[in-house]
Amino acid sequence: MSSMAEILEGKRVLICAGSGGVGKTTTSAAIAAGMAARGKKVAVLTIDPAKRLADSLGLPELGNTERQVDPALFEEAGVEQNGGELWAMMLDPKATFDEVVHQHAPDEETRERILSNRIYQQLSSALAGSQEYMAMEKLYEIWASDRYDLLVLDTPPSQHALDFLDAPQRLLQFIEGKAIKVFMAPTGFAAKVAGRGAGVAFSVLKKITGVDLLQDLAEFFQAFSGMVGGFQERAKKVNELLADPQSMFLIVCGPQGDPVEQAIDFHAKLADRKLPFGGAVVNKVHYADPGNAETVRAALDDALDDDLAERVAANFDDYSALAERDGRSIERLEGDMGADCVIQVPYLDDDVHDLAGLMEVNRYLFATGAAERAEIATSA
Amino acid sequence: MEDLLAKKLVIVTGKGGVGKSTVALAIGAAAARAGKRTIVCEVAAQERLSRVFHHDKVGFREAEMAPNLWTISIDPDESMREYVLLQLKVKAMRDLLFRSKIFTYLAAATPGLRELVTIGKIWELALDERRVKGARPYDLVIVDAPATGHGVGFLQTPRTFANVARVGPIAAQAETLHKFVTDKRKTGVAIVALPEEMPVNETAKLEHDLKEEVGVAVDRIFLNGLYPERFSADDEAEIESEFDDSEGSVRSALRAALSERRRAVAQREQLARLEEITEAPIRTMPFLFEPDLDYEHLLELVEVAA
Repeated sequence: MSSMAEILEGKRVLICAGSGGVGKTTTSAAIAAGMAARGKKVAVLTIDPAKRLADSLGLPELGNTERQVDPALFEEAGVEQNGGELWAMMLDPKATFDEVVHQHAPDEETRERILSNRIYQQLSSALAGSQEYMAMEKLYEIWASDRYDLLVLDTPPSQHALDFLDAPQRLLQFIEGKAIKVFMAPTGFAAKVAGRGAGVAFSVLKKITGVDLLQDLAEFFQAFSGMVGGFQERAKKVNELLADPQSMFLIVCGPQGDPVEQAIDFHAKLADRKLPFGGAVVNKVHYADPGNAETVRAALDDALDDDLAERVAANFDDYSALAERDGRSIERLEGDMGADCVIQVPYLDDDVHDLAGLMEVNRYLFATGAAERAEIATSA
Repeated sequence: MEDLLAKKLVIVTGKGGVGKSTVALAIGAAAARAGKRTIVCEVAAQERLSRVFHHDKVGFREAEMAPNLWTISIDPDESMREYVLLQLKVKAMRDLLFRSKIFTYLAAATPGLRELVTIGKIWELALDERRVKGARPYDLVIVDAPATGHGVGFLQTPRTFANVARVGPIAAQAETLHKFVTDKRKTGVAIVALPEEMPVNETAKLEHDLKEEVGVAVDRIFLNGLYPERFSADDEAEIESEFDDSEGSVRSALRAALSERRRAVAQREQLARLEEITEAPIRTMPFLFEPDLDYEHLLELVEVAA
């Protein structure tokens, strides 16, 4: 696949999606640093960075605002910035939700009613998708401020990559509160939606849930009802931003099993929704040139003492098996997305935890093609 | 593992991609071999467990995969339905509720309710006298907990929900479930971690949060995917001296050996760090070089873990 710099030509928003544990945060930070080194003003939004990486970039605390990574760090790592800037932000979903309520609440009383409601207080932790929605909300807010050439969003960790795309709709459905209208007006809306007997059903329901819960729900949705329009309007704009030709989705995955299947599902979902797909980054790939086992063994025997040669050969057998498995996964991804769309990053010996490490990753991400990447990997 | 196997419920938690399913199944296999009627529950409809056994999808039913070893994939909608069925003894009332779809609306409107009924189903599986008609009890229930951003989320659900609902039957049910998941005698909690910096930090944080926010002490940490120490520092020096002039496959082989050595060393540093910053006893589980996990490999893990 072509270089990350080419892929991002003319792009303003990059969304890095993928299931948990595949190196999404590292990839996002590396791309942001790489573009900053190419003279762009870049901000990366992340929810849960490795502490050592955050520390090393001088981002010690959770703020809900962007902070600039000290240009001196680039200098120390021997990286020219060419006028570029790297900014980073750790997203706080609860604080963002509060901000959104502040923005949309018609008056102070409504605002306080919502912020103090028990249902609301559990929302950001208990409602699936609210983290994802808040990440999009923040992305939109920063994009609208027009302060950056490029925004990189590291999507929140989730079970499944697709959770990110479904989040806004889920949250909207929730706050639109069609469900609660059923309870609150059992003779009106409910009669149409729920069929006859909703009134009786409602009283049966009370037996199971208790009245308090239903009252709290009613209170919450009533307080929220004045803000639904604002939310819908905003969600529409966020969706437009995601679908904009200047935006791009990048799928991050590992070289095996579920993450690969999820990457393929995610790719299909992007196509369904006509969202711009930029490619897939496969992290922790085992590269090996297995060659002829006997020849390798003979050469190792010549070079090393017997016992060590045997252990190196045995290790290489295991390693080659993993490389073969990774190769099959890559083939599968390339078959689905096209060979040009898959960037492989090898399994590096060290954890990435500083700017120099990000730049090491970028040797692969920003290489001009698969051949150059293999070259770097094998000559390392 | 004995102490874990003596529990009624073991919750296996940790971030995505660390091998929770594998560890949950390994514990399950160990229990089954010790003669315990064991069920391993999946809660995210991934059907990873059935795949290990090359079995058809199991869905929301208890299926025996190996002698004494059962699995189920717990679906929140099915759990909700079952919960309502068990709550309402009068058939006409149940029919009315389901026909009106009103419960579906409630589930959509109430944050955390789906998660709550999922835990409710786990509780039901662990009861000595099952509520589901004709269902046999288990000696041990193991849960492969969902991976979420916040590790405590799943275990905290009952408490959160009890706070939301305050009074009434659902609140009472949530309180029962909270007592159940925090009952040290019956319920064990295991965290699965990887020997890398971030997972180690997250494990320490999760252990801390479970204790502070949920009131649960972690019984065991499984450090998964530990590389063997195949090469010594002397070996490394010898390999390095040959590396520069090597080429082709031989270079690849030497490179792989150097990577192996460096990762093994880095992993042991992380293991040492984990020991330092966490309280629960740690078990290491070896990295498996087999490309695809099946039950045979799992039994290998059981040997090491038990």
